[in-house]
Amino acid sequence: MSDNEASKEPFEPKIVAFFCNWCTYTAADLAGTARMVYAPNIRVVRIMCSGRLDPQFVLAAFRDGADGVLIGGCHPGDCHYQEGNYYALRRFTLLKKLLKSMGIEEARLRLEWIAASEGDKVKKVMNDMTEAVRELGPLRLEPRAYDLIQAQPAAEIEVTTSAQEVHHE
Amino acid sequence: MSQVETGSNGTPKVGVYVCHCGINISQKVEISETVEFAKKLPYVTVVREYKFMCSDPGQELIQQDIREGLVDRVVVASCSPLMHEHTFRGAMAAGGGNPFLFQMANIREHVSWVTVDKKAATKKAKALIAAAVERIALHQPLERVQVPVHPDVLVVGGGIAGIHAALTLADSGKKVYLVEREPTIGGHMAKLDKTFPTLDCSACILTPKMSAVGAHPNITLWTYSEVTKVDGYVGNFKVTVKRKPRYVDEEKCVGCLECIEACIFKEGKFRSEFDEGLSKRKPVYIPFPQATPLVAVIDPETCIEFKTGKCKKSCAEVCAPEAIDFEQTEKIKEIEVGAIVLATGFKTFDAARVSRYGYGKYPNVYTSLEVERLVNAAGPTGGEVLLDNGKKPKTVGIVHCVGSRDENTNPYCSRVCCMYSLKLAHLLQERTGAEIYDFYIDMRTPGKGYEEFYERVSQEKVHFIRGRVGEITDWAMEPEEVGKLVMRAEDTLMGAVRRVPVDMVVLAVGLEPQDDAEEVRRIFNIGCSHDGWFLERHPKLAPVSTFTDGVFLAGACQGPKDIPDSVAQAGAAASEAMAIIDRGYVELEPNTAFIIEDLCSGCKTCVAICPFSATSFDEEKKVVVVNGALCKGCGTCVAACPSGALQQNLFTDEQIFHEIKGVVSYV
Repeated sequence: MSDNEASKEPFEPKIVAFFCNWCTYTAADLAGTARMVYAPNIRVVRIMCSGRLDPQFVLAAFRDGADGVLIGGCHPGDCHYQEGNYYALRRFTLLKKLLKSMGIEEARLRLEWIAASEGDKVKKVMNDMTEAVRELGPLRLEPRAYDLIQAQPAAEIEVTTSAQEVHHE
Repeated sequence: MSQVETGSNGTPKVGVYVCHCGINISQKVEISETVEFAKKLPYVTVVREYKFMCSDPGQELIQQDIREGLVDRVVVASCSPLMHEHTFRGAMAAGGGNPFLFQMANIREHVSWVTVDKKAATKKAKALIAAAVERIALHQPLERVQVPVHPDVLVVGGGIAGIHAALTLADSGKKVYLVEREPTIGGHMAKLDKTFPTLDCSACILTPKMSAVGAHPNITLWTYSEVTKVDGYVGNFKVTVKRKPRYVDEEKCVGCLECIEACIFKEGKFRSEFDEGLSKRKPVYIPFPQATPLVAVIDPETCIEFKTGKCKKSCAEVCAPEAIDFEQTEKIKEIEVGAIVLATGFKTFDAARVSRYGYGKYPNVYTSLEVERLVNAAGPTGGEVLLDNGKKPKTVGIVHCVGSRDENTNPYCSRVCCMYSLKLAHLLQERTGAEIYDFYIDMRTPGKGYEEFYERVSQEKVHFIRGRVGEITDWAMEPEEVGKLVMRAEDTLMGAVRRVPVDMVVLAVGLEPQDDAEEVRRIFNIGCSHDGWFLERHPKLAPVSTFTDGVFLAGACQGPKDIPDSVAQAGAAASEAMAIIDRGYVELEPNTAFIIEDLCSGCKTCVAICPFSATSFDEEKKVVVVNGALCKGCGTCVAACPSGALQQNLFTDEQIFHEIKGVVSYV
């Protein structure tokens, strides 16, 4: 899809979800089995436990083009591995601060505890988050100086400029 | 980004197989468009579509491509990996490939079943396929580790389900620990008078099984005991059981009842749990004559000796085998088992919660379980049903769905109430000759011989009134209502509100999860459905399994169930447990953590956070060591490792980074 085509269509956010295998991924399966219709914007990456969530995964998702990231784990006390979700919560809390300093709005990252039986909660969270991110619009990360240099080598810019000058003369 | 591991065969060859699932997927996802998209993804050599990938011909497609050397890694885009990952890994292995060079894209549960718009569904399916293809190139061949299985089994709960599971296992030669919280096994079934639809005497069919449990050489029966802790994993659980003191030595007590006779309380004074409070017991008691084990128990809450220390202890004086032991203390037992069957049952709904039915306010309003005791020949009244004025009731009203099918209490149907109400209608009529008014919402009688039983009872002196009872009062509006209980209900067949005066009311209470179901669930690391019942692994295909391998469910702890269903489920749970024990080993998922020693700085962050003590520090090499047998594969340590030295098989950082890239950057 070219940029022109994209600009004609209304903005559809892309959201990456990291769901733990035992509670939230199962709940999403249950929502499917129960044919609960929800927004198609959230794409799920399965991890065994929300404790596996390396904060870098969230940053990578934003870098690669996600407009939002959702983390889903078992309710406190329910972790299949006893306490992985507590570590997820800690990392999430720190990560929020980091994202804020990067200028990424708070609503773009969300953590939800969803038990295996809560298919209806999956539906609600998927819809709510999609709407919240849709309202924020696409994620616009400020390009870093390094990226600009990579995209357009400084030497080339100079050459072009001088050539144009020559032509004008 | 790291280099793609290719092994000795050069670049990876990825096969993508898109499943139609009949029309489950294809009616929402444009298959041909998806196939064309997949062809352009990196390393993809083969893309195929098929109506049912999980079928034999579908699996054969994969196997043939592997055998012909067209693919060495496979992505199947179909249903949830929780559904068929196992199937396709098996197909990989059967074709000669490594089962872990496999990834599923869940385009059914997460796409076609939850999306309306075809275009949006197709786009999402493409993204999920791209994610799977991106990560599969980085997969490594893995082996499953085999661990030997402990041959004993634990059954928790000694109702009919637990009894049947324990006997089935013990008869097959397994050593079984049966742990029951109450002083005797038997559960709710022991309290029932007759069972529907055959009207078998409940005790007559249950007590032989109870004695068989007590006498079985392969069963260790621990009553008055509770499981407090479970460690380990399938095949190798370590279970801690608390044995509460009953102040009577089980080995010595012969069940002669002399102590009960000799107790300084001449009459029973305390609520009998077994008779639902309709009779009184002494501080030293045996719940009922067929209790198993037939051993007395002293309740320290009511015993004078425990309360004041000044009892003359006449019970101990008369006990010839000297079984009474006031010094007994709680004992903690630790056992090892390979599998666990949970059969912890249910509790009946507390009728006082629906205050408009007057339970607890009017003495002639009973719950169904109380009436079971009343009509029982061995019950508190010897089987006579009498009102508080000592007369037999001439009219009895039965209210269905008390605490069931009601959004104020429980939305679900308790499944057994219609049938037991019909049974009680029959028994009450038989015992008292009373006319019965049976208020129902819908009469639910599915089951062998159940509808016929309904037909039979409806030929008797029973009036069936379709409607939920609004309230039960003693306010008389007509002369014939004086001194009666008036049941007010809308008769939905007649289209009129009726007032029916009766002498006695039976509230058909529903079934609810046990009060401590939540705690038990945590101990055994299993799930609960939103209404509190234990959650099965799959509602249809794994109805007695749980999400914790090696823990199985039997009976009403999983949801309301009648006796035949509980017994059938107990047999199923027992045979599932046997399947694990008889195989002798379990294969562990290879998704364990591993260490890249060169990168490990020895900071020990991971050692502190592993809840299973699978990570330890090698003082000599100054690096962390992962014990693969203890690691359960959560990956929490991997996420915590600051240097990237810890990785998780099937979930390495690189694999997940690629999956993220695939899921967002293509479409």
